[in-house]
Order: sequence, then structure tokens, then C-alpha cells
Amino acid sequence: MSVISRSEVEHLARLARIDMSDEELDRMAGQLGAVLDAVAQVSSAVTEDVPATSHPVPLVNVTRPDVVRPGLSAADALAGAPASEDGRFRVPQILEEDA
Amino acid sequence: MSSSVNELVHWDAARLSEALVARVVSSEEVTQAHLDRIAAVDGPAETGVHAFLHVAAESALARAREVDADRAKGAVLGPLAGVPIGVKDVLTTRGMPTTCGSRMLEGWVPPYDATVVRELHAAGLVVLGKTNMDEFAMGSTTEHSAYGPTRNPWDATRVPGGSGGGSAAALAAFEAPLTVGSDTGGSIRQPAALTGTVGVKPTYGGVSRYGLVALASSLDQAGPCARTVLDTALLHAVIAGHDPYDSTSIPADVPDVVGAARQGASGDLTGVRVGVVEELSGEGYEAGVTARFTEAVALLREAGAEVVELSLPNLVHALAAYYLILPSEASSNLAKFDGMRYGLRVTPEGEHVTAEQVMRATRAAGFGDEAKRRIILGTYALSAGYYDAYYGSAQKVRTLVQRDFARAFGQVDVLVSPTAPTTAYRLGEKLDDPLAMYAGDVATIPANLAGIPGMSLPAGLSDDGLPVGLQVLAPQQADDRLYRVGAAVEARLTAQWGGSLLSQVPEWKGVPA
Repeated sequence: MSVISRSEVEHLARLARIDMSDEELDRMAGQLGAVLDAVAQVSSAVTEDVPATSHPVPLVNVTRPDVVRPGLSAADALAGAPASEDGRFRVPQILEEDA
Repeated sequence: MSSSVNELVHWDAARLSEALVARVVSSEEVTQAHLDRIAAVDGPAETGVHAFLHVAAESALARAREVDADRAKGAVLGPLAGVPIGVKDVLTTRGMPTTCGSRMLEGWVPPYDATVVRELHAAGLVVLGKTNMDEFAMGSTTEHSAYGPTRNPWDATRVPGGSGGGSAAALAAFEAPLTVGSDTGGSIRQPAALTGTVGVKPTYGGVSRYGLVALASSLDQAGPCARTVLDTALLHAVIAGHDPYDSTSIPADVPDVVGAARQGASGDLTGVRVGVVEELSGEGYEAGVTARFTEAVALLREAGAEVVELSLPNLVHALAAYYLILPSEASSNLAKFDGMRYGLRVTPEGEHVTAEQVMRATRAAGFGDEAKRRIILGTYALSAGYYDAYYGSAQKVRTLVQRDFARAFGQVDVLVSPTAPTTAYRLGEKLDDPLAMYAGDVATIPANLAGIPGMSLPAGLSDDGLPVGLQVLAPQQADDRLYRVGAAVEARLTAQWGGSLLSQVPEWKGVPA
């Protein structure tokens, strides 16, 4: 059984920017342990000489002519914003005080 | 069906198309009939089919009148002009809410149309509204919708499959003759199987992903859902094709899927080589599912197909690889929901609240359990120290799965299997057991890993009276083969049954008290 500890889940939740309650962390740790146990077989299914595939279709270097084309207006882009001001997204402070 | 139901809702899209062209009916009448049907069976959310998250009655009727006016003026319109359609709520629709089944996007109205939606408008289809789904397409039951589950029209206590349960149930409940879905690991095909409808995941890159809210970018594919193989092909032809706005879109002609569906309808498959996938049967597959599948294979032989059994040994690792690749890509794709530019923003109490605190609170409140599980799992699989063992190995399995398919398609034209190992689960049955739910995708996932097209079509009813699906798989960009084989099976089965499988669906009575 691959065990994933509660503190590991807490760390991952912090990396993923999701607040989790103690109860949620406990539940998540149990469920993720079971899932990881089931998927761990992949590492024994392959050998070093098998190349990795990240994408089903081998398209490379797709480009387009470098010409201006219409995009969203500022008003359209801001229409769904939780807060905006002066034609810009208004966001909470991004640095801690006394950083 | 009760006699008060307008017959028009039972017509398939091809028949509606003929009647619209002949001006026997108007698009407004057809659209109104479907809106009435939705009003009769879809709500309330607690007891109705609940296939729709948003019904756009006004704009649908306005569009229908426009199409009628164009037709009256003699304009040359596409074959599906005036036919109503439901769109999975994962595709952006300008001026119409798009939630992806999540609280994160509650009330969000996108500023642009997905390319698929633009194609629907251009072809004159009438968008009835947006269909229910598991949150951000993560789930196989539609119970992970933040807005409550969709119910299976065959049995209100059962799930319709997922993630596109709304798109499938809308068809089976006669709320729409056509719907669009998206399939990342089976989200079109598995709901089709569980509701007795038809669904196709096209070749990866065959249909534009522009405006399809991304779950796992290397696996996601939008596709057509309908009640017949021909209808599915007609819709496929509308939405497929190269799109410069999606750089993974294939710059090639779309195979003649409509022609293939018409050819297959003769029921003759002489010269077609069919492979039965050994790894997608046996243990874990219900007896009733296996029975219908075995009969379907016998039917393929009767139709003149040459049937052989084939082994694709690496398919046994596909499910595990998928549940590493998908969460990895999803954790990255869902990082954009941060409460800054659109969608939900939750601001915790206190002075000097930072953006990071807002993000954490927003994502805690906006995502449901299944979304959180997969984000955390993906973050884990991609983190230093685990990357090679998990994500790296899963990508290698992907190569092996692709090689298995390449070898198989060197010997046969199409592969077949049951679409899902079981019939529809009871609501709540798999809710707290994610692994059990994931296992339901075992037969559909390999196609997504390999980027090949797949179809599910009705194979009959199991002992429990619930639908079973037959899956057909073809090589990349040979989507037409699905339609030829699917139409032949459909023609022979409906002849046996004396009508479509859906003519046996019981009258909707809602959830029993």
C-alpha cells in the first residue's frame, strides 16, 4: 500500500493553493493512498528503453502568419472579473506586509 | 410515452431535417416542442431528469424563427438547419452561462463562442441550452456536478454515466435530438452506453478544442451525440475540421462520415475485418453486458465481417496510466481558476488579505471533492522525486498502448469491445469509492491515450432492463469506419427489435417517492 501521509497532502494542498480542513486532509490522505496503490503498477510495466509519449498526434511547430487579428475588447475581457478598475483587473495585494 | 407528448420530439434529426427542408414543419414548432418537453420532464433539479443546467428558450426560439425566415426566402441551408441541439456546459457560449458543472464558474457568461458552437450557429442549428456534467468533466456518473445529478431516463434511481450524463440523458428523454459532448476518458461513450444512445469521440484533433474548457489537453476531444448513427454522423460533419485557433487541430479533410453511415445502413459488412479485444472482456464485465456483446459479435459475422480475436497486452495498464496523466494535466489546467480574472472570488476575513489567501479560499470553496482529489493527485505525480516513477512511467505506457493499437490495426479495420463493464449504477453507489468509479472507464480510456476515434452504440438491454453499449474503435483519421460498422449493427439490431432501443424507454415519472 503506497501511503501518502496527512502532512504530505497538506503540503500538496498548499502547492495547489487549496485550503483544506483537518477532516478533509484525513479523508483525502486515505483516498489518495488507495488510488496511488492502484496506479503504481505503471512503473513496473515499462522499461527504460521505451520512449515517453506526451501527445497523441505528432504535430510540431504550428505557426500562423504574424498579422494583427481581432481579439477580445477590454470590456469583454473584464466583463466576468470579480473586480475591475480603470480598465484593469483589480486584485488583492500580492505581497505580504513587511516582506 | 403519454399521448400528450408532441410526436416531433421522437423524430430523429435526419427526419426533422427532411421535414424542415420540405417545410412540413417549422423550426419554431420543432424548437417549441422540445422546450415543452424540457419543461415537462427536466425539472425540478431534485426529481427531474435534470439534463440541462441552463435552458435558453428565448434565444432558441428567436434563432428558430430566423432559420425559418431564411428558408422561406429560399436560402441554401445546411442539412441540420433548424434542428435543436443541447451543448455540454464545458463549451463556451457567448452570452449564455457556462459553468462546467462547477461553483467556480457559477454565473459566468463567456465573452466568446467555442469553435464548435460557432460551427453549430453557422450551420443553423438551434441551441436549446447547456447540459449537465461532472465538475470540469471529472467523473463517470454526473453526480459530481455542483448543481446536482442528472438521472437516467431508463430508471430515475440510476446515473446516466458521465461526465456527459446531461448530453446523453437529454437524448434518451427526448429533450433534444442532438447534443454535443466531450470525451477525455469516455465521457461521451460511457454515458451513451448507459442511456441507450449513440456517441462518438472523434480522432484527437478532429474537432477543435478552442473554447472547450480544458481538463486534460492531450486527451480531451469534443464530439457528437445522438439517437441514431446517421444523426451522429450528420452532427460530426458539422463540428469537425481544421481550426487555426487550435494548434493541435488536424489540418486534413474530414472523412466522409455521413456517406459511411449511409453505406453501413445496408447492413452489409462483407470484407470488413473486425478484431475483438481480448483484454476488454471477461473478469469485471457483468454477465448481461457480455451476453449482449457476444450477440453483437455474432451479428457482425452474419453481416459478412471477418472477426478475429486480438490481444493488446498493454491495455491492462491503460487505466493506471490514465489516472496519472489526467490528474497531472488537470492540476495544471485548473490552476487558472484563481479568483482573479473571472469566476468565483472568495475573500477571507481580516486585514491585509493577500492574493494567495484569496486563491486558497476561492479554490477551497469553488472546487468539489473529485476536482480536489485529482488536483492533489496530479500535483503529487508531477512533484520532484515522484515524476519519473509516476508521470514519466505513465507516458511510457502511453507509447506501449499506441504500439498495441498500431499492431492491431495492421491486421483489422476496426476493434470492438463492450463500452462499459456494467450497466448504470445506482445514484450514490460509487460516490465515496473513487477507484470503483474509475474502473468503469477501463474500456474507453485506451482510445484517449492513443488519440484514436471510438463510438458507442446500443447493443440491447441487460437482464436488469438497462442498456448495454457496443464500442467500435478505428485508427486515427478513419472515423468513417466507425460509422459504417455502427450503422450496419444498428440496422440489424433495430430490425430484430422492431424499432429503436429507445422506443422501449419507459415514460418518465420522476424519482419514486
